[in-house]
Amino acid sequence: MNWMAILVTLKLATLTSLILVMIGLPLAYWLAFSRWRWKFLVESVVALPLVLPPTVLGFYILVAIGPHSPLGRFYADLVGHPLPFTFEGLLLASVLYSLPFAVQPFATAFGQVDRRLIEASWTLGLSRLKTFFKLIVPMSAAGVITGAVLSFAHTLGEFGVVLMVGGNIEGVTRTVSIDIYDEVQALNYAGAAGTALFLLVVSYTVLLGVYAMNRKVWAVWPQK
Amino acid sequence: MAAEIIVDIVKAFPDRLAVQASFRLALEPPSVLVLFGPSGSGKTTILRCLAGLEWPERGTIRFGAETWVDAASGIRRPPQQRGIGYMSQDYALFPTYSVAGNIAYGLGPLPEAERQQRIREAVGLLQLQGTEGLRPAQLSGGQQQRVALARALARRPRLLLLDEPLSALDLPMRSRLCGELRSLLKQLAIPSVVVTHDWEEALALGDRMVVLREGQVLQEGTPQQVFNRPRDADVAKIVGMETVMPGRIVEASEGLVTVEVERRRLVAVGGDGIGPEVFVCIRAEDILLEAASTGTTSARNQLAGTVREVAPMGALVRVEIDCGFPLSAMVTRSAVEDLHLSPGVPVVAAIKAGSVHLVPRRSNGGPVNA
Repeated sequence: MNWMAILVTLKLATLTSLILVMIGLPLAYWLAFSRWRWKFLVESVVALPLVLPPTVLGFYILVAIGPHSPLGRFYADLVGHPLPFTFEGLLLASVLYSLPFAVQPFATAFGQVDRRLIEASWTLGLSRLKTFFKLIVPMSAAGVITGAVLSFAHTLGEFGVVLMVGGNIEGVTRTVSIDIYDEVQALNYAGAAGTALFLLVVSYTVLLGVYAMNRKVWAVWPQK
Repeated sequence: MAAEIIVDIVKAFPDRLAVQASFRLALEPPSVLVLFGPSGSGKTTILRCLAGLEWPERGTIRFGAETWVDAASGIRRPPQQRGIGYMSQDYALFPTYSVAGNIAYGLGPLPEAERQQRIREAVGLLQLQGTEGLRPAQLSGGQQQRVALARALARRPRLLLLDEPLSALDLPMRSRLCGELRSLLKQLAIPSVVVTHDWEEALALGDRMVVLREGQVLQEGTPQQVFNRPRDADVAKIVGMETVMPGRIVEASEGLVTVEVERRRLVAVGGDGIGPEVFVCIRAEDILLEAASTGTTSARNQLAGTVREVAPMGALVRVEIDCGFPLSAMVTRSAVEDLHLSPGVPVVAAIKAGSVHLVPRRSNGGPVNA
């Protein structure tokens, strides 16, 4: 088992998940409550990573952050080194790649909060922002946790995007899925098996948690 | 000029009739305005405009010296800055908070000690002791209504807005809580606007009443004025109760009560736990007219009087009678001919005890015992 790769992967998945909670919550709030008629344009963009081949997504990200794009040059000037084939570049790609896995559960949960409760909160003097944190997020707790965990699990298993944007640098951007691929290429099936099993167990455990939570299997209190 | 709420708004909808309303409510002394009408009449829309949850396309809403809405100059004061207590029809309690948490929800900016004090006050006022730690789903309908009121009142609102406050409750509970709510509104002395489609609630809760239909104000006045002197047949049909007189219960036995109205005595069914001050309400259709008392009818009430006015209303004729107090009866055209009804003719009005409805009324200035 390649512990270095596991460490890189866990770090990447955790940070991706955290960042997605931070940018996903406001984005999902907007998607759930905006009455803008062209909202579907944004919804479609958010859902794109679900259907695009990871290589296509990775390709565009690589071009966008590469030294020939204004964004890439700006970053290189600012930090001193280019973004592709670094952990930061990989993190950016992961955030985009897992965006729908966070934003969609968030937005669905927000959309299910009864409008009348939100209005009651406003009439009780709470601003929209305070209403969001004191009412909407607590009522959407299951959706928020689901989104965070799904984006975590999804990032654990990403392959194509990592290959395109991250390269394969030991200890920096070599993630578990790449490592397994390398081991198999080198005909080291034993090494691949251990890491693959680890990924399977972690992913399954995480999903178990999410589905159990949404089914409320632990709830002993009468639900209503 | 006395402080008042002035509402003059037009709210358009893509798929139904526009709501157009214009009325005033004095803030001093605090009084209760009832917005009354059938469903779809626009009463809830008006309440939501007052709460800042809907925005009228045209017009203004003023609260004393403040302008809450002025469509022409784009002034829109959000609900957070109106200092209102708003209760929606389904109470909208927050399921993720306990009873105490719901009551404390809007008290955020206050210091902790003050907040606890306000919670205790609201809990005491609405008799919610012992439920503080429960979740809304664990409460009965009546308790939920009281928690919603407590939550709205804890912020000490300047204006209380209640949307069908009793409609989510079942019937027996409704009439009991109607009495409680009326005492509470009087005790609080906060200007209030109450939406209802129930004539009993309108009569019991309202100091003033605005009758709406299809987005239009049909009539405005005290409930008694509106009931006894509907402006036209439309209003009469909506309120559905043509005679409303203040009365006083003087005797009660075996499920029957005797009420005195203008020194005439009427027998009514029920009346448990209300009064002694009541409104006596009689539907015009429930009155039988006879040329002279036969003395052998099953109707408990026989009132001799004189015809004041005979007014045709569609297939029926409305007969106004003076029998010590004004009484409206609705009879057919042929009955008018058979009885030769015209002003000045003596007549006897027979009313079954079960057709005499009693609604609690507050005595002048005195405390109310519901």
